[in-house]
Amino acid sequence: AMDTDLSSQDRKDLDKFIKFFALKTVQVIVQARLGEKICTRSSSSPTGSDWFNLAIKDIPEVTHEAKKALAGQLPAVGRSMCVEISLKTSEGDSMELEIWCLEMNEKCDKEIKVSYTVYNRLSLLLKSLLAITRVTPAYRLSRKQGHEYVILYRIYFGEVQLSGLGEGFQTVRVGTVGTPVGTITLSCAYRINLAFMSTRQFERTPPIMGIIIDHFVDRPFPSSSPMHPCNYRAGEDSGAVYPSVEDSQEVCTTSFSTSPPSQCVFTVTKAHFQTPPPVVTDTLKVPVMGLAFSHQLSSSRLSYQPAALGVGSADMGYPVLFTGGLNAAHPHQLIGPGKEGGVPPVPNQPAHGTQADQERMCTPLDGVHYSAATPSSSEDTETVSNSSEGKCGSPHDLLETIFVRKVGAFVNKPINQVTMANLDIPFAMFAPKNVELEDNDPMVNPPESPDTESPLQGSLHSEGSSGSSTGNTHDDFVMIDFKPAFSKDDILPMDLGTFYREFQNPPQLSSLSIDIGAQSMAEDLDSLPEKLAVHEKNVKEFDAFVETLQ
Amino acid sequence: SCPLSSRCCAPSGTMNCRAEVLEVSVEGRQVEEAMLAVLHTILLHRSTGKFHYKKEGTYSIGTVGTQDVDCDFIDFAYVRVSSEELDRALRKAVREFKDALCGSGSDGMGQISLEFYQKKKSRWPFSDECILWELWTIKVNVVNLANEQERQICREKVGEKLCEKIINIVEVMNRHEYLPKMPTQSEVDNVFDTSLKDVQPYLYKISYQITDSLGSSVTTTMRRLIKDTLAL
Repeated sequence: AMDTDLSSQDRKDLDKFIKFFALKTVQVIVQARLGEKICTRSSSSPTGSDWFNLAIKDIPEVTHEAKKALAGQLPAVGRSMCVEISLKTSEGDSMELEIWCLEMNEKCDKEIKVSYTVYNRLSLLLKSLLAITRVTPAYRLSRKQGHEYVILYRIYFGEVQLSGLGEGFQTVRVGTVGTPVGTITLSCAYRINLAFMSTRQFERTPPIMGIIIDHFVDRPFPSSSPMHPCNYRAGEDSGAVYPSVEDSQEVCTTSFSTSPPSQCVFTVTKAHFQTPPPVVTDTLKVPVMGLAFSHQLSSSRLSYQPAALGVGSADMGYPVLFTGGLNAAHPHQLIGPGKEGGVPPVPNQPAHGTQADQERMCTPLDGVHYSAATPSSSEDTETVSNSSEGKCGSPHDLLETIFVRKVGAFVNKPINQVTMANLDIPFAMFAPKNVELEDNDPMVNPPESPDTESPLQGSLHSEGSSGSSTGNTHDDFVMIDFKPAFSKDDILPMDLGTFYREFQNPPQLSSLSIDIGAQSMAEDLDSLPEKLAVHEKNVKEFDAFVETLQ
Repeated sequence: SCPLSSRCCAPSGTMNCRAEVLEVSVEGRQVEEAMLAVLHTILLHRSTGKFHYKKEGTYSIGTVGTQDVDCDFIDFAYVRVSSEELDRALRKAVREFKDALCGSGSDGMGQISLEFYQKKKSRWPFSDECILWELWTIKVNVVNLANEQERQICREKVGEKLCEKIINIVEVMNRHEYLPKMPTQSEVDNVFDTSLKDVQPYLYKISYQITDSLGSSVTTTMRRLIKDTLAL
């Protein structure tokens, strides 16, 4: 009875408006997380194709994903369209940042004019969305993505899942539009305990270990649709957007396990990457849906080199497309050796029981796939591609992104950029300039102590050195010139600098010296039996004392 | 007040006028960017594409483009309508405001107002009425900072504050309260500013006031200068 008030034309129009509104909403959100400034032109002559009188570009992949998620449905009560924005570091840790929700509630506005008021209000709501997408914390993060992390999006339809946002997430309402069939609401729930993860921290070196807390490594809803990078570069025209590859070779599959964390490296193999990937040294985990990857921060050395996409833009930085699982059509089809040199055979793994259609496999959008690999003990990067043949008929462009992780996260600069001056070491400026490589960095790799004597012992024998450029101080810091702050030479006969130099290497306390220390320890050990005997004699007194305490 | 729009008309009643006030504390060099961010965000919501009237009273609407703007002195970015004419007009107004605000004779406190109005034609000898239907006032307090560290903190803090202001503005816009009726062709100039070639904002006016050190507001710096001169 409710809907009879709405003419069929109005109903058709309204459904169309809502559908295109949903698609445009997704475009605005994803484009706002591409990491680039968006610019579209105003046009005084209506082109007829600009929905809601706003110039919002349509990135075809995004539209495709949105349509797929909607699957012909419209947002309705209990069926919301959600765009999830998350961050993934070069080490493979990911964290949900925002969920944008387009929902419908039951509150109807019967009086409102569909073709006019609803349309204009939807336009206004899109403008609000443009504004709000720039003011949540993820915007600034997305502007700085590329090297240490990327921003990904995922669209799903159904119930809103906010649990991945951590505690205390905040919500901002973008707006609402009443319609005769319900009220459309658009809002964003965003994580706030990344507030300390300001973009400054991502730029700074040395990196900060463990700054990602409360991130979901094990996704609670493994049967989720794959995530996509926000910062891929679509073609300028709406034409050739899908990356194409000359030879559609093996499609790498992802194999991630939710259970025990393993040291996984995600590699995305470029199909025409000539050098054969190194041999895997460890078994792969059972494949699981799409995005359930689990791994831990570890200190192995893996190298990360962003590779360029075959077609399209040059500096993709970090194109990361998470596509899940195995080929829907051929769940057990894996490529054995011979297709790509050096790839070891992988036993067929059963796909976990999720609907095949939820894994976005082998569509033209599948530019990139993952395989798990484990790092070897050597310092070279080693990756393995566990290839699976994708019988999807569409060309794939697969990217190889090998991750380098030095000791400490987020250090992805080329090695020669890391200089001592960048590190937060006191008097770093005075360190010898040839210490450029992190490998030689004493803060990273402390120098070995001399074989014969301990440094402690060494300093015992110093003869009141003046502290300048002698060998008995720590070898990696050479004091070229010592200019203590707030200290002048001409005020006192002895200034701070002189004092420091004179007393820089005082003799060790005798109690700390090893010989004497060892001696006293030996004495202590010898005297133990005696002491024990005495205590045993007095055990009754001790017990009485303990009684008084209770 | 000091109208900076060329469309000047007699002051009018303010019935049905929605008034919003925003306050910011910024450094001198941040004034312009902060004001532009707020004004552009408001005008983004209060501008449509150009109307093209057809026969039988129907019209089609042009397309509004948008673009991201990064601030240089504030950790902040905002979206504005893609219209160079509109941007120029706002920048001119904001620059005058900033010069007055940060000039000598000012204690760094003032406010800039963005009014949306409709024109109601009156018969001769009465001049047209301007009916205010939405008024935005941004109160500004200019702070002076001592060192670079404070400036860096200010960059971030003002950025965060502006994020809040954008959210506030969007909240107001979402209330879907009074908006002028879509006009017929003959009435369009009473509702919209049709002078721009690519977009069509509602008729608006920007004015400002600077508060002098005594706390009272002076409407122009000129008046104060004249006063000072006469006092000599």
